[in-house]
Amino acid sequence: MKFGVVTFPGSNGDHDALSAIELGLREEVAPIWHKERSVDGFDALIIPGGFSYGDYLRGGAIARFSPIMDAVAEFAAAGKPVLGMCNGFQILTEAGLLPGALLRNQSLRFSCKWVNVRVETDRTPFTQAIDPGTVLRLPIAHGEGRYFVDPETLEQLKARDQIVFRYTDAHGVETDEANPNGSLDNIAGVCNEAGNVVGLMPHPERAYDALLGGDDGLKILGSVLRQHARQVA
Amino acid sequence: MTVTDQTLREVALTREEYDKIVALLGREPSPVELGMFGAMWSEHCGYKHSRPLLRMFPTEGERVLQGPGENAGVIDIGDGLGAAFKIESHNHPSAIEPYQGAATGVGGIVRDIFTMGARPVALLNSLRFGPLTSARNRYLLSGVVGGIGGYGNCLGIPTVAGDIYFADSYSSNPLVNAMAVGIVRHDMITRARASGPGNLVVLVGADTGRDGIHGATFASVDNPEESHRGVVQVGNPFLEKLLLEACLELLETDYVVAMQDLGAAGLTSSIVESASRGGVGIEIDVAHVSRREEGMNAYEIMLSESQERMLVIVREDGLDAVREIFERWDLNSDVIGKVTEDGNVRVLEHGTVVADVPATYFTDECPTYVRPSVEDPAVAELRAFDPDILPDLNPDQFGDTLLTLLGSWNICSREPVVRTYDHTIMSNTVLPPLDGDAAVVRIKGTNRALAMKTDCNPRYVYLDPYVGGQHVVAETARNVACTGAKPAALTNCLNFGNPERPPVYYQLEQAIRGMAEAARALETPVISGNVSLYNETDGVPVLPTPTVGMVGLIDDVERHVGMAARRGDELILIGPRSATLGASEYLSMVHDRVAGAPPGIDLQVERTVQEAVIELVAGGLISAAHDTSEGGLAVAIAEMLIAGDTGAELDLSPLSEANGGRLDRMLFGEAASRVIVAVEPARRDRVQQKLDDRGVEHLLLGRCSGDSLRVNGLPEVPIEAMSAAWRTGLVLD
Repeated sequence: MKFGVVTFPGSNGDHDALSAIELGLREEVAPIWHKERSVDGFDALIIPGGFSYGDYLRGGAIARFSPIMDAVAEFAAAGKPVLGMCNGFQILTEAGLLPGALLRNQSLRFSCKWVNVRVETDRTPFTQAIDPGTVLRLPIAHGEGRYFVDPETLEQLKARDQIVFRYTDAHGVETDEANPNGSLDNIAGVCNEAGNVVGLMPHPERAYDALLGGDDGLKILGSVLRQHARQVA
Repeated sequence: MTVTDQTLREVALTREEYDKIVALLGREPSPVELGMFGAMWSEHCGYKHSRPLLRMFPTEGERVLQGPGENAGVIDIGDGLGAAFKIESHNHPSAIEPYQGAATGVGGIVRDIFTMGARPVALLNSLRFGPLTSARNRYLLSGVVGGIGGYGNCLGIPTVAGDIYFADSYSSNPLVNAMAVGIVRHDMITRARASGPGNLVVLVGADTGRDGIHGATFASVDNPEESHRGVVQVGNPFLEKLLLEACLELLETDYVVAMQDLGAAGLTSSIVESASRGGVGIEIDVAHVSRREEGMNAYEIMLSESQERMLVIVREDGLDAVREIFERWDLNSDVIGKVTEDGNVRVLEHGTVVADVPATYFTDECPTYVRPSVEDPAVAELRAFDPDILPDLNPDQFGDTLLTLLGSWNICSREPVVRTYDHTIMSNTVLPPLDGDAAVVRIKGTNRALAMKTDCNPRYVYLDPYVGGQHVVAETARNVACTGAKPAALTNCLNFGNPERPPVYYQLEQAIRGMAEAARALETPVISGNVSLYNETDGVPVLPTPTVGMVGLIDDVERHVGMAARRGDELILIGPRSATLGASEYLSMVHDRVAGAPPGIDLQVERTVQEAVIELVAGGLISAAHDTSEGGLAVAIAEMLIAGDTGAELDLSPLSEANGGRLDRMLFGEAASRVIVAVEPARRDRVQQKLDDRGVEHLLLGRCSGDSLRVNGLPEVPIEAMSAAWRTGLVLD
């Protein structure tokens, strides 16, 4: 299975995503420059973290206009797996591929630490190999990660099973203390209606080796392999 | 033409220095030349007062691939790789505009690293502020921390370690020292030496504006706020990220002859230094420099300190390839001149020569000064104070005193600050900030790791600059050794007051002497550094702060330890039993005195202790190690227990005699060369045997158990209370 990692000017999580897949998952992966217009040959796309275009204006607001984004949208529309982490999540919401928006953290400060997230659904390619209710330990590192949608959309997200990850304590209980940025309803990640496009604020690509403090990220990145295996079979 | 005093003040040159310029040139300098001399002969660029003293530092060693004199030093770390690192100050800008001052400090040091061809992999910072009771100091702390995070996080380089210290003297003059570490293949090490007449001089990155004109001279006078408003630059980390990636890509080609970033003194210093180091000349025409404002003249262009600019010397046949790389990264590049044979730096403005001076006049001919060196008698008197005349600690007060120290600004947890820095990016951080005495960063593609830490106890240096200087090197090395790494080399940033005053010059001279001696004894050569003088306000200098950034090597990344003691572990003190209250945090917090002689230090003992700890970690024999520093033994133990969320039952009575029977000295006295290690009971015998073999003093203190600290019948202190005091000491506004 071949992963593609899109590099925008200012992306800085691209190296980690490449490393996580190459060293952690031991799958094929290649970078995709944002000025390209095709994603042919890739089976899954990763929109990495960072500060695309310096996050000037708003996280992800400029990157969505990059030439590659049309191809990403087509890839998503074809039902193929797309994962956005952190800034990648912001870019996907700005591009309209995922619902909601990421506001400044409630603390108004950047926050870097390990958090617990509970997997809410196994309907996405990135969670299909994980039992719902499983608690994963992942790092966060962001200043604009407070998930927000209007109340109607929130109800819709719940009804359509689009909430993929929630911040919880280590036992899987949603608490205010476990919510690192003031996200609505402790939401850490969502998917599109079809379920193939997933975005989350935590960084699975930085959690691929016990030496780094944990390897739960591989569960998310590796989950997509199962779907691929099924399709190929 | 006779130059006026006013003009000389503007360029911060003395009349004698001006006369020397006239003698060198055989004529009066042009206005542009005078501005260039002012910048190059400033303390910041020319090291006028420190150069003769800096020669005391050992700069060679078998690992040293590049010593001082380049943008950063480089050491060999095995596997064909080098570690490039350097620390640099951005004190004066941060005093005025803390966010941008700190941010551009990070930007500058990162450029120094990738200019060497190294990919930056870690950032550290060493900060000094006045007491947080003042709103201004809280603003400075908050702004500086914001700027460091804002820039480093955006670049995607983890900020992994550092140190923060508070004292009155930093109130109007905070210190902001930023350090960066990069990894470079030996064959990729790039130097800032222009060569090959005819090669092209290309300026890349940001357009040049009027910001930062005279920044270097501004950093070299007292009370900068008074004299030089508006010289602080604004950082653009996004542009720097593009420059970083583009420059590293560029260095994979064969077309680059030299690379030099534009920092202090902007285009002037980068051209002068590349030409001078390479023994060639450079001719540029400022008309080719892209600008962000109309009507800038040659003087302004030559002295602008606009950020995020690089000078690249490329072969003519490679220009197209080089340009293609910059265009790919949406970066502007201008060919502004060429390398020449005559050794002169020649600046033209639309074809008219406005400056024409041999490059070495700016560098080698920069005057140096050896100033009178006299210790301030008041400091000698303070040092003579004997803290043992003070009443001893009442045993009932043990708990309160411990909690007071744990919650004090100089000791408490840095978590609120650390959380705002990205330390997990690049997926290399094996021992993150807060978890150990130093950060451990693995080197991808190898089994190795680097440990790194900055530190400086300025109170020790103030009360005894020579001994204090030894401590700075010894403590940073000890921090690194506590993770299991062998200290390899250091960089330093010498933050002092006005060296023209004999007591300050004395501090500078003695601190360097002490540091040099410790660096020799511990075999950690000085490979790079920076000097920041004139850190004072209204004639009051900051505490002398010669910050050290130490880098150590770990051969097997799996073999490292943090500082968390585990329930069931036994604690062993390694090192001398005797401590002193002189210059201690206890004396300052409890008796409100900055006095007494700092602890003595035997560098051979220091070395033996460090080697012993490294051996224990490498052998997998210990589960944690932590050095005792501010707050002494009790605070160090408390920190290990808080980190491991366990209590302990300890018997410290064997230490009593060596501390004159005094409780305060035994518990809170400070000493060099001491490390507490946590050991599984089953391994205790082997650990003690190893320590005996090396002839290192050691003492079993007790075992980790329960939920409180219990010491020899003193009132027990709950871990929860210690943790709460320690975690809530520091609040970011």
